[in-house]
Amino acid sequence: MAILVYVEHDNAHLKAENLKLVNAASKLGDELHLLVAGKGCQAIAEQAAKISGISKVLVADNAVYEHQLAENIAELVAELGKDYSHVLAAATTTGKNFMPRVAALLDVAQISDIIKVQSADTFVRPIYAGNAIATVQSEDAIKVITVRTSAFDNQDESGSATVESIDLVKENSLSSHVSAELTKSERPELTAARVVISGGRGMQNGENFKLMNGIADKLGAAIGASRAAVDAGFVPNDMQVGQTGKIVAPELYIAVGISGAIQHLAGMKDSKVIVAINKDEEAPIFQVADYGLVGDLFDVLPELEAKL
Amino acid sequence: MKILVPVKRAIDYNVKVRVKSDQSDVDLANTKMAINPFCEIAVEEAVRLKEQGKAEEVVVVSIGSKACQEQIRTALALGADRGIHIETEQSLQSLQVAKLLKKVVEEEKPDLVILGKQSIDSDNNQTGQMLAALCGMPQGTFASRVVINGDSIEVTREIDGGLQTVAIKLPAVVTTDLRLNEPRYASLPNIMKAKRKPLEVKAAGDFGVELSSKVKLVKVEPPAQRQGGVKVADVAELVDKLKNEAKVI
Ligand SMILES: Cc1cc2nc3c(=O)[nH]c(=O)nc-3n(C[C@H](O)[C@H](O)[C@H](O)COP(=O)(O)OP(=O)(O)OC[C@H]3O[C@@H](n4cnc5c(N)ncnc54)[C@H](O)[C@@H]3O)c2cc1C
Ligand SMILES: Nc1ncnc2c1ncn2[C@@H]1O[C@H](COP(=O)(O)O)[C@@H](O)[C@H]1O
Repeated sequence: MAILVYVEHDNAHLKAENLKLVNAASKLGDELHLLVAGKGCQAIAEQAAKISGISKVLVADNAVYEHQLAENIAELVAELGKDYSHVLAAATTTGKNFMPRVAALLDVAQISDIIKVQSADTFVRPIYAGNAIATVQSEDAIKVITVRTSAFDNQDESGSATVESIDLVKENSLSSHVSAELTKSERPELTAARVVISGGRGMQNGENFKLMNGIADKLGAAIGASRAAVDAGFVPNDMQVGQTGKIVAPELYIAVGISGAIQHLAGMKDSKVIVAINKDEEAPIFQVADYGLVGDLFDVLPELEAKL
Repeated sequence: MKILVPVKRAIDYNVKVRVKSDQSDVDLANTKMAINPFCEIAVEEAVRLKEQGKAEEVVVVSIGSKACQEQIRTALALGADRGIHIETEQSLQSLQVAKLLKKVVEEEKPDLVILGKQSIDSDNNQTGQMLAALCGMPQGTFASRVVINGDSIEVTREIDGGLQTVAIKLPAVVTTDLRLNEPRYASLPNIMKAKRKPLEVKAAGDFGVELSSKVKLVKVEPPAQRQGGVKVADVAELVDKLKNEAKVI
């Protein structure tokens, strides 16, 4: 039986996560079908059809799917999913929102946040903020899975799958979209960036986050934050890196004024190279940092920008 | 309005868990346990709605071993009115928990169920969404703001791109994110009062729900340890190392 993969998009852009998501799905070793659900999403489907290893892209293009609300998207995916061995989505806030509903409708478990495919029924996932790594085996007829995309490589884009419209309209009278307040940024997305520089409570206020702009510009970096910085209102919630925020694994992660609580480490400790800048030489962040610099960030950041 | 709040007993968030040497599971013997932080936020939200006169009753429910009653008492001390303990020694997975909670929903008929978005042990982030689907209810997950508007609620959700506000019809499920509220501390008089609040105990086996899951734990290992690196003397050395040693810039 084939594998169904839910494509992450906002009707205008195909999200970078999809390449990694399909890479994870390709390790299951069967025919791959993508599902693009949304409104006016034909162009997304054409683009998704280029991802290597896909045989078919299904498009459910209808106004009822515009905001990809969990209530009817789950019904759509569950109905299609009945004919598949696996249903996968990225462990983004979209995937986390509707996929457990799909699992419940299919009366199967959901396996959350996998970081490795061991075989078609055995998967590896972090638990306890990444302080333990569990291997789980599922005997469910349909495996419903969310994928931690940061743990997988990008799939090539040299394919040419067929695109097929599906006429399956699930009305939704239970919920409706009211408004969105999206953070606008010219920078790369946190979860896709090659370099991430994050600030913590040590930044003291939102204004001081500007000290990181020049460095981020020079390195092509995304800017992230600890929970303390978000809770204090320095920066928006979507910048939070950690167990309960975004999980990142860039080539280079620079933690500035962040102590290194386990919940923060859970979101960044798989980065290739970690730099910590902190005035407290005992800060736990230094235990995971490849390069630690003990110093006052207000001296270090301007100097770093100048020397890059 | 009646609010049901499922709360989970979980490892204290300050504690770093260890893996058993036989790799069968994590070792929770003598580990400090607490109410899962997201559930504490859920209790706080429900109690605030009651204090604002928008809800009449807040019922908490916890599924697990006898020890869960500690967390139910904590929730009662924070202001919940009564507790239900569904006792089982089996460690249940989210779908099974959601099926038991559905039975409680059928019995209690709450207008709103508020859960945590995630338990910090399994890191599943599933139960609320599963419960909503099983009950045919809408959901407002990862909530940072909840406003009641008659027979519907507006929920502002923390999403990857920022914030989204949805309107959902009651009865509904909400799951809490970190910034929904800041939970209060239970005062000593309230802790004393909580001891006298009603707590009903039921056996999980009596609900007619299949409690075993088709997902088996094969093994649990410690994560790959990072080698602690070096301290650099100054910015110049840092830049040099990043360029010439790590070759990442
Ligand atoms: C349920 C739950 C979920 C959580 N999820 C997350 C999560 O997803 N992500 C997350 O990050 N946290 C999370 N946390 C919070 C986590 O436990 C910590 O509280 C948080 O990470 C601390 O942020 P911080 O390091 O910025 O602040 P602090 O711990 O206060 O550290 C600030 C650091 O800045 C340094 N500093 C101060 N001034 C300067 C200066 N001038 N120059 C240099 N250094 C300076 C200090 O030495 C200190 O080490 C969660 C907590 C709970 C309970
Ligand atoms: N055993 C349990 N008893 C009561 N509530 C639970 C239990 N397990 C999970 N929950 C609820 O579901 C939420 C999400 O848990 P999870 O899906 O396991 O990450 C928790 O914050 C609780 O509100």
